[in-house]
Amino acid sequence: MPPGLYAIGTPDQNSAVIVTANYKLSFDIVRSSLAGRNLWLLVLETFGINVWCAAGKGSFGTEELVRRVDQAELANLVQHRTLLLPILGAPGVAAHEVSRQTGFRVNYATIRASDLPAYLDNGMQTTEAMRELTFSLRDRAVLIPVELVQALKSILPFLISVFLIGWWTAGLPSGVYGCIALLGAMLAGTAVAPLLLPWLPGPSFTLKGVVTGLLWCGICAITIGLGSSPLAVLGTLLGLTAVSAFFAFNFTGCTPFTSLSGVRKEMQLALPKLVVVGLTAAILWGCALLG
Amino acid sequence: MKKFRYLKNVATLKYDEELCIGCGRCLEVCPHAVFKLLNGRAKIIDFDACMECGACAKNCPVTALAVTAGVGCAAGLLTEWLRERGVKLKQDGC
Repeated sequence: MPPGLYAIGTPDQNSAVIVTANYKLSFDIVRSSLAGRNLWLLVLETFGINVWCAAGKGSFGTEELVRRVDQAELANLVQHRTLLLPILGAPGVAAHEVSRQTGFRVNYATIRASDLPAYLDNGMQTTEAMRELTFSLRDRAVLIPVELVQALKSILPFLISVFLIGWWTAGLPSGVYGCIALLGAMLAGTAVAPLLLPWLPGPSFTLKGVVTGLLWCGICAITIGLGSSPLAVLGTLLGLTAVSAFFAFNFTGCTPFTSLSGVRKEMQLALPKLVVVGLTAAILWGCALLG
Repeated sequence: MKKFRYLKNVATLKYDEELCIGCGRCLEVCPHAVFKLLNGRAKIIDFDACMECGACAKNCPVTALAVTAGVGCAAGLLTEWLRERGVKLKQDGC
């Protein structure tokens, strides 16, 4: 939907002004949770991006907010001088700059749009709960499908290689088992580690992925087997664990609590080790196949 | 967010208490309750919870706060690392 000023119900000069992004999901939640009230909704141009990401990139920002306030002639439309903003928009907006340039005071209201009715009913006071970021099992689960598609794309060449090498050297079932083992390791890092996130040892995401990877190795060991020789078994153990650890580390980008400095540090510490482990696994398998 | 903790002692958050006027903006915008107001001044009470979103620094009217803001995303860092070495990947979702 285009940016600009919208009316919910029949707002007047005393109605609150809520600022949001032109991200369909936020807009819909804001509109549906505020149905039956009379409010102004000021939608910023974030090019279809959600508030949090748009604030990080600056499109949900001071400049855009000031421009929309001017364009909508908000100062003539309402008598009060308060804008209600989502808390997660704060990385892009300098509240004092907005006040200086428009005369409107910025109130960071809630993190979740669904808390807006409670905020309004609470005399526009933010409670601790409205300010607390959560990352529930459900929040994590909804992120997984997109991650799975990305992960599948990135391991496709490896899947094909494993399938062909397995097939040529030990027959079709080996090729299929190899693919199952690799896919399972990818799932262990992309789906299982995120779901079990708070219960896995950490704080390193790589470590969490190592644990789920080893669990998957255990499942493989009692079902399809890990390999026909000690070298192959060791190669499988190392390879599957490294794959799972890598994909678990990749989930840092989906969480709302990992810092850039933290991820950079983990990358420096863990990634070289994962590469070495992965290469070792490949060499062990090479030896097992040739020997 | 008490259930989720990431690496310790890594955040780039810097705070000059001398400059603080106690407006409380940082408490309002921080999604991880890093700050608390004590005797009319902000105090960092949970440094390691900082995810470097930059909201506090951006909203501090007296620039008492500074942080190198960014996104803690492994894929983003890897893409950047590869790009610096001349390897171009197709743009991902972010």
